[in-house]
Amino acid sequence: MPEQTIVPAPIALPAPAAAAPPVHVPRVQRSRGWVSLKLADLWEYRELVYFLTWRDVKVRYKQTVLGACWAILQPLLTMLVFSLFFGKLAKMPSDGVPYPLFAFAALVPWTFFANGLTQSSNSLVGSANLITKVYFPRLVVPVATVLSSALDFLLAFAVLLGMMAYYRMAPAATIVWLPLFVILAFLAALGAGLWLSAMNVQFRDVRYTVPFLTQFWLFATPIAYPISLLDAPWKQTVFAINPMVGVVEGFRWAALGTTGAPVAVGVVSFASASIVAVSGALYFRRMERTFADIV
Amino acid sequence: MTPAVRVERLGKAYRIGGPPERYRSLRDAVAQAARAPFERIGSVLRGRSSVVSDRTFLALDDVSFEVQPGEVVGIIGRNGAGKSTLLKILSRITEPTSGYADLFGRVGSLLEVGTGFHPELTGRENIFLNGAILGMPRREIARKFDEIVAFSEIEPFIDTMVKHYSSGMYMRLAFAVAAHLEPEILLIDEVLAVGDLAFQKKCLGKMEDVSRLGRTVLFVSHNMSAVTRLCSRAVLLDQGKVAAAGPTPAVVAEYVFKGHGTRAERQWPDTSRAPAADGIRLLAVRAHDAAGVVQESFDIRQPIAITVEYDVARPGLRFTPCFDVINDAGVVLFLSQERPDWQEIVRAEGRHAATCWLPGNFLAEGTFSVDVAFWGVTTPPRGVIEENGAISIAVHDPLEGGSVRGRSTNAYPGVLRPMLKWEEASA
Repeated sequence: MPEQTIVPAPIALPAPAAAAPPVHVPRVQRSRGWVSLKLADLWEYRELVYFLTWRDVKVRYKQTVLGACWAILQPLLTMLVFSLFFGKLAKMPSDGVPYPLFAFAALVPWTFFANGLTQSSNSLVGSANLITKVYFPRLVVPVATVLSSALDFLLAFAVLLGMMAYYRMAPAATIVWLPLFVILAFLAALGAGLWLSAMNVQFRDVRYTVPFLTQFWLFATPIAYPISLLDAPWKQTVFAINPMVGVVEGFRWAALGTTGAPVAVGVVSFASASIVAVSGALYFRRMERTFADIV
Repeated sequence: MTPAVRVERLGKAYRIGGPPERYRSLRDAVAQAARAPFERIGSVLRGRSSVVSDRTFLALDDVSFEVQPGEVVGIIGRNGAGKSTLLKILSRITEPTSGYADLFGRVGSLLEVGTGFHPELTGRENIFLNGAILGMPRREIARKFDEIVAFSEIEPFIDTMVKHYSSGMYMRLAFAVAAHLEPEILLIDEVLAVGDLAFQKKCLGKMEDVSRLGRTVLFVSHNMSAVTRLCSRAVLLDQGKVAAAGPTPAVVAEYVFKGHGTRAERQWPDTSRAPAADGIRLLAVRAHDAAGVVQESFDIRQPIAITVEYDVARPGLRFTPCFDVINDAGVVLFLSQERPDWQEIVRAEGRHAATCWLPGNFLAEGTFSVDVAFWGVTTPPRGVIEENGAISIAVHDPLEGGSVRGRSTNAYPGVLRPMLKWEEASA
């Protein structure tokens, strides 16, 4: 008779904690002065960025009748108003393209910028429950908020393509440059959003300032009017310190192929957007340590 | 051996009083910025160092301790002792103002369950969102998804929006996600006090599993029986300082006996500020033992005396002193008044002391607050004096036998724990 061997049932042992890859845990202590941006942290938390963006997108148009149509209606209605008052009544020149198309090509990135700016400036205060209860790099919050407005942008952009088809206008080859200006708009919205969201934690005045800010900014950007109203090129270049000038001009050039490539304007806008974004991130990181205490 | 957590002279100061810190308006800040240099010059001229009276409140003051890997340590102390501040600092939510802490390992913190749950998302979506917020990688959440849903016991509603959940379901789901967090160091703040009793039991069981797996846990709680059961060591905080640290039973005893927990006596030496109405004035309320010694914490087997001292300034008053006993959860356990026929009794002028005896083996373990009131003859009867939360007491079970629990260390349900008479007939 073969000897019966008793095979012990394998015992599922939990992996010892030490087997996990060693984690770098920085010392918990007071930080002083200006601190680094710690963009690596942000990268480590990219899944959280993804989920927060996804949440914002999912939730934004819940319980609305028109749903995602709002993403299109905002720029579309503004375009109608502009076309009526500036196009028809004021006979604003529009760089040789039909005025509605001229205005809409600018309003698409503008709406992205304005929504991104408005929502991100309220993002930290709106996430107070997270900030006071969980640790994560706080930069995640405004970044995810601006990203979530990007979907609206894509929808509006599709409408722009539809309008171009309606006006029998084929996209120029320059359209390959378009993503560059989307990035510029993102950078500008994020930069301003970082400043405003961090300030909003301490000064709730920001909430009341933002609507005016975006309104002024709208008219300080050549959306309803062409930049060519400024006759001298150097004036246009100075004007481009407003990063949205570069975005709008870049969009018209890339999508509609209206004027020549706005090189100087683009470079100046990129530089100023980068300055705003980097300084905003630094300010944000500096204020970050007190967010949980005062939000 | 390297500790899992090393806390070294940690301090956190909050500014209090003075100009309000919150929601400061930009105008104030600009005005202050313009004024500050002048004020500073002025104060230097006047020979003072600073104009701002720095009224700071030390939520944590020079706190040091170490936790070894695999240890489960309870952080106890009364409200405002700095427990939650400590946990917030260790979880990096807020920065300390002095000192430092080193944590060796992946840290997970649960200061609340369901952080970031969105009412407009479904249970399924919230599991992923909440998991991501707690720091779980997406793949890990996907892997544990079925387990989480099973633990939460809300499977049929997993694709329903969370806003349609009952609060119990919400808590179940939230805790289920949290319970599947697998950090090396877990920081928990009183999250077990949720849901119904059966679910609480399950959560405590899960906590015990976690500690058996060799994870390091810091556990903030008011629930002394949970701390005693789960934690091998405890740290007692009092007014931001470490008042005691060591083996749990000793530290818990320190907490309940040495008056860190509650205040069992309340006196109004300045009678002009004592609660008074209609000729009655409350002088003192105290909880004491048979020998008349005021105690903060009572052995569950011991009778508890509640004495109310008062003064009657007018003749012919008809009234009764009475009190409510309220537990941790805010449940009024009962109301007691001096006698059922008090409406007929005319009280004499002068000082009185009324004592009520609560028998031993009657209240459950926990902390209780006592609301004292005087009821007068009016229609309808109303409280002429109401002093809510006049005193509070704690009741503990030393696990020596002679109580309902005896030597058992299980969680016992019930707002009261009376020793009742049983009869047994065997055929």
